[in-house]
Amino acid sequence: MAATLKPYLNCVKETLTAAMCVQNFDSQVVERHNKPEVEVKSSKELLLTPVVISRNEKEKVLIESSVNSIRISIAVKQADEIEKILCHKFMRFMMQRAENFVVLRRKPVEGYDISFLVTNVHAEQMFKHKLVDFIIHFMEEIDKEINEMKLAVNSRARISAEEFLKNF
Amino acid sequence: MSEKHNFGIKPVTCHAVSGDKNGMALSLNDHEVKIYKKSGGKWQETETLDEHGQRVSGIDWAPKSNRIVTCGADRNAYVWTLQDGKWKPHLVILRINRAATCVQWSPQENKFAVGSSARLISVSYYEDEHNWWVSKHIKKPIRSTVTCLDWHPNNVLIAAGSTDFKARVFSGYIKEIESKPSSNSWGTKMTFATLMAEFSNGGGGWVHSVSFSPSGEKIAWVGHDSSVSVADSAQGNRLVVVKDSFLPFMGITWVTENSMVAAGYDCNPMLFTYNSGQGSLALVSKLDIPQEKAAGTISAMNRFKDLDKKASSGDTSAELKTQHQNTITQVSVFEGSKDKCKRIATAGVDGNIILWDLGSLERSIQALKIS
Repeated sequence: MAATLKPYLNCVKETLTAAMCVQNFDSQVVERHNKPEVEVKSSKELLLTPVVISRNEKEKVLIESSVNSIRISIAVKQADEIEKILCHKFMRFMMQRAENFVVLRRKPVEGYDISFLVTNVHAEQMFKHKLVDFIIHFMEEIDKEINEMKLAVNSRARISAEEFLKNF
Repeated sequence: MSEKHNFGIKPVTCHAVSGDKNGMALSLNDHEVKIYKKSGGKWQETETLDEHGQRVSGIDWAPKSNRIVTCGADRNAYVWTLQDGKWKPHLVILRINRAATCVQWSPQENKFAVGSSARLISVSYYEDEHNWWVSKHIKKPIRSTVTCLDWHPNNVLIAAGSTDFKARVFSGYIKEIESKPSSNSWGTKMTFATLMAEFSNGGGGWVHSVSFSPSGEKIAWVGHDSSVSVADSAQGNRLVVVKDSFLPFMGITWVTENSMVAAGYDCNPMLFTYNSGQGSLALVSKLDIPQEKAAGTISAMNRFKDLDKKASSGDTSAELKTQHQNTITQVSVFEGSKDKCKRIATAGVDGNIILWDLGSLERSIQALKIS
């Protein structure tokens, strides 16, 4: 299980390093506008081919890049119902606070659990290699976090069930 | 070997150096152009040119006539002249309806070219009669934003790169102000806006920077597909492309008739050499060779300190090994000329401009031979 995580993350890291080559780019369609091309998709020639990296059919990463922005969407492992609920709640919690995460997108791309939007502004304010590290770190942590939460929920359920059944 | 000059934490988006090398104009990713003067090895800010309404995208300083031209995302260009110690602006009507992206004086400094997101190149010249700058447009067959420009030494031809994956050579001959150009290796008929040559390296990457060789016979350009390409008009427009495992380059300039320096997302300038006899193009060496730090082991105390403070065990270093800590946006000749360059300047997103002395680099790096 863990044996495939390392190469998966390495692959995502290398791809992100190559994809995160963005520059400031003014809109060639609308006057005095400057928009992330990966979102507005106004000119076809400014978009690159999207890349999907998948570890298995549930866990995958979609990287869409353009001249001035890239969008990274992550599908997190959801083995059973409880993980599904936990993941949904957790992602919702974070996306409601998206501005605190700077690069987080408010809504995920369809088919994925969470999306990041990195624009040229972020790449100018922050070190590029640190941005890549942040996303990789996020992917590492999210699995851990959900596993821990699942254990916590299960143990809590056990304790409360025990307490409840003491009455009979 | 190299001198590092820091201009704050904001990116240096574009820069230009005066003819006497004592002045520098640069824009820190906003609407202002700052003028610096060299005093005692340091750059001192002397003036701020505050006329643009949006981000400045291009600056060029004419060495002989000592004029600055700037262009910006607000679709305007200004020509600045020094009067009584102050820079005075002169608005240029470019007649474009999208952002301007790059600007360059022609070698004789009687006209300049501006590339724009309106998918055209605007060539402006001064009309004495009306006392203003007049613009002419090169439109066809550009199909996307013009990202970079370079003038041929004969003051007529313009090389332009664009996000439609092509590098082109146009004629920028303006019959109102100059005599008829003689034919050269790119062609004979040079009416305004004639397409002299069009190149695609087959890969399909946005062209980020283009440069004419000192003789004007070759053009070199870099694209987003991590390629460096050279087209040689003396050899029937022969095209040579090199791709390697580096990240894309943002800037390229020739430093001798056969060698060029490119730099970009790898944060490391690299020297390439073109051999016209064999028709080959190859990477010679990187210019930024990191000094190995002696400290290989960290003490147990530091290790736990790092764990506590940064939540890392210390082996993941916070800094890149290169001198530039973020993308290099522009490469320019600082001292000398394109055919015999002494020093080049690289400007980066990390707010640094680094001057590289090619002569001493050649002596210190064994693999580096600049031909």
